[in-house]
Amino acid sequence: MREVAAIGVGMTKWGELWKKSLRDIYVETALLALDDAGVDKVDSMYVGSMTPGLFVGQEHIAAMLADYLGQASIPAARVETACASGALAMKLGFMEVASGVSDVVLVSGVEKMTDVGGNEATYALGTAADQEYEGYHGLTFPGLYALIATAHMEKYGTTREQLAMVSVKNHRNGSKNPLAQYPFEVTVDQVLNSVKIADPLRILDCSPITDGAAAIILCPVEMAKKMGKPVIKIIGMGHATDTIEISQRKDITWLEAVYLAAQKAYKMAGKTPDDIDVTEVHDCFSIAEICVMEALGYVEKGKGGPAVEHGLSAIGGKFPINTSGGLKAKGHPVGASGIAQAYEIVKQLRGECGERQCSDARIGLAQNMGGSGASCVVHIFERE
Amino acid sequence: MSTPSRYWRSIPQRYRLEANKCKGCGKISFPPRLICDACGSREFDAVKLADTGKVVTYTIIRVPPQQFVDQAPYAVGIVELADGVKIAGQIVDCDFEDIKIGLDVKLEFRKIYDVGHSGILCYGYKFVPV
Amino acid sequence: MEGIVGYGAYIPRNRIKVEEIAKVWGADAPSYKKGLMLEEKSVPAPDQDTITMSVEASKNALKRAKIDPADIGAVYIGSESHPYAVKPSGTVLAEAIGATPDVHTADLEFACKAGTEGMFMALNLVKTEVVKYGLGVGADTSQGAPGDALEYSAAAGAAAFIFGRENLVAKSLDTYSYTTDTPDFWRREYQYYPQHGGRFTGDPAYFTHITGSAQGIMTKSGTKPKDFNYVVFHQPNGKFPLRVGKMLGFTREQIEPGWLVNLLGNTYSGSSPMGLTATLDIAKPGDVILLVSYGSGAGSDSFIFEVTDQIEEVRDLAPKTRYLLEHNRRYLEYGEYAKFRHKIRKAD
Repeated sequence: MREVAAIGVGMTKWGELWKKSLRDIYVETALLALDDAGVDKVDSMYVGSMTPGLFVGQEHIAAMLADYLGQASIPAARVETACASGALAMKLGFMEVASGVSDVVLVSGVEKMTDVGGNEATYALGTAADQEYEGYHGLTFPGLYALIATAHMEKYGTTREQLAMVSVKNHRNGSKNPLAQYPFEVTVDQVLNSVKIADPLRILDCSPITDGAAAIILCPVEMAKKMGKPVIKIIGMGHATDTIEISQRKDITWLEAVYLAAQKAYKMAGKTPDDIDVTEVHDCFSIAEICVMEALGYVEKGKGGPAVEHGLSAIGGKFPINTSGGLKAKGHPVGASGIAQAYEIVKQLRGECGERQCSDARIGLAQNMGGSGASCVVHIFERE
Repeated sequence: MSTPSRYWRSIPQRYRLEANKCKGCGKISFPPRLICDACGSREFDAVKLADTGKVVTYTIIRVPPQQFVDQAPYAVGIVELADGVKIAGQIVDCDFEDIKIGLDVKLEFRKIYDVGHSGILCYGYKFVPV
Repeated sequence: MEGIVGYGAYIPRNRIKVEEIAKVWGADAPSYKKGLMLEEKSVPAPDQDTITMSVEASKNALKRAKIDPADIGAVYIGSESHPYAVKPSGTVLAEAIGATPDVHTADLEFACKAGTEGMFMALNLVKTEVVKYGLGVGADTSQGAPGDALEYSAAAGAAAFIFGRENLVAKSLDTYSYTTDTPDFWRREYQYYPQHGGRFTGDPAYFTHITGSAQGIMTKSGTKPKDFNYVVFHQPNGKFPLRVGKMLGFTREQIEPGWLVNLLGNTYSGSSPMGLTATLDIAKPGDVILLVSYGSGAGSDSFIFEVTDQIEEVRDLAPKTRYLLEHNRRYLEYGEYAKFRHKIRKAD
């Protein structure tokens, strides 16, 4: 297998982009990535998008977007694994370059969520859960994570304040990210008193509805060196699944798919959690970040809450997490989040993150998760 | 939301909690499976789930999906039934303050939702405190 | 010999007091309470309807009957609030209890007497040996028009009876029905609330048919009021059953155990059947019970049951009616009541 490098990334400001269609958002960010990479033509493309069919009534977006990007005739595929669709696209792009099938692959994620009302958006997101045995009984996405939160709080003594501190940290980071949907800070009090969604989660514990896209261009390391680019390699990749119904998990407080995906990525990369300088995780809800920290092996089981409280995951802390603002402050256009995580890691490793830069970041990890943790894709990047 | 055929197909589970039990390892699958995810066996006995259990975790849904708008806020939990199987369902007929992990509950037949003003009525099970 | 093999009731936990309704409409609560002999009534939650209550009442009946539900050959729900205008309620019940597919099912309506109609049919199919066991249920989530007298009493509940020929808890000794065309209470198609003939619903309707039916069965069976330990009448309010009992020569003590309406309200097709379940909950072997239902339109079904020893064996296998009536009550304010009863007009 060839070594794979990321030579270009692109992302535009995320938010409620009323004037932009799904095609617009996609093409803008893909062009930025192509420009950043200094290439005109790609051999192949993968698009991660959870459900353009439910959000904008459009399927077959792979062919459509290849066409609109001016790359018609190339092989193009849209892939889906709920909210981990972005990282899944990256996995496939990585494999296509590593195997030698293609040299330059464009990997993107895109989701246009605001062309439907709140109810339809909630329904569309809910299709990532078990429709017949979770959705049928009135469980929503916040509801599923709230069930995990209630159990985690009972088992480990995690507090509401610790959950809120995840959002506070991510907003502090997001306030330094010009592309974030909500580039402003919030306080613990604001989180604790915000509108209730599914007890114990409040609206400021939850990632928002967002329109957005992000793109990354992959090629063999040899080509990156010839082009004189800083060599940011994908050195580890792991992908795992878990039961779709959270009631069927052996331990409701533990994200086994995250653990397994991370273990595979660490093994492939020859790294351990201590080697990771900067991390982007899937904080769809505050509790998710706490559980992911534990499953990635950054802290012991149950210790995620205290870790956030003691600043271990802040910029400058032992393991900075979500310097981009995370899904919470940056936004969560579902299929795009995994690629935006890669964007942030690449920028960190290049030293281009300005106020939110982690000093001397050499190895970064991106963890993207689908639904209530039924799928997870982890990538590890290294600056050579 | 359920279409008539999708709803009808699940009636044995929704009304009678029909499950299947692996002949190889004894694990009960609900809904019934074609292949046991614990041991890989493809042979099963038909069983029904127990109708009492304890709450394992719960939440109060305040922002509901469309078809549950008039029911909100409502409690949903995961209950471990007396036979060890865990299932999700609403917890009703009690104040939210009285719901706790470990609460003893039993299953009751209730309406889950209406498919709008003119669609079918969807029934199933909910949990009530014992 | 045919009779009741198992019986069960179901009452939702929500209640609303007469005062709470009167307050909203500016009515004089004490006079309604006195005039109707009514304190409060049961209210179904949005997830409860005639079907769900029928299922739970029938499960309670099955606990007492201790039979295999697959042996039930006939399932009838009588109600004036079937959830669908067209699609049977009985089929959902039959599926839920496991009686399908070898079963005959029909939905019945006849105002408040639809429950005893189902009981009459199930009983006679058992008597004629067409089926081994028959299930008859009376259940309603009746609506009263806002501000109308009936709003104080229209309530929700269900009672289920399984009839068979062995292990009877009560033998069926006789039945009789009295029917005329008397338009005292009706609802036209597409109308949301029923209408009634005011005082016309009294003498020419309720009293004529109940007395006609009770006297009819007593003549037919050669019995007199003193031959019965208990009597259960349809209970549209607290006063009517006591008054008709007195007219017929029954004592207050005979009526008392089955008289639930003051705390329950009028459960329409469930009303006299629930009075019967409450009576069976306390009757002793050998006791003779007279059941007289009433349905507007109008008609009255009478039954005579004699309790057997078996009742002591099975009575405690399911919740008693008065336990359901008094346990875990939650009182609603009018706003929540109106929301539960779909009396608030929402956007489409």
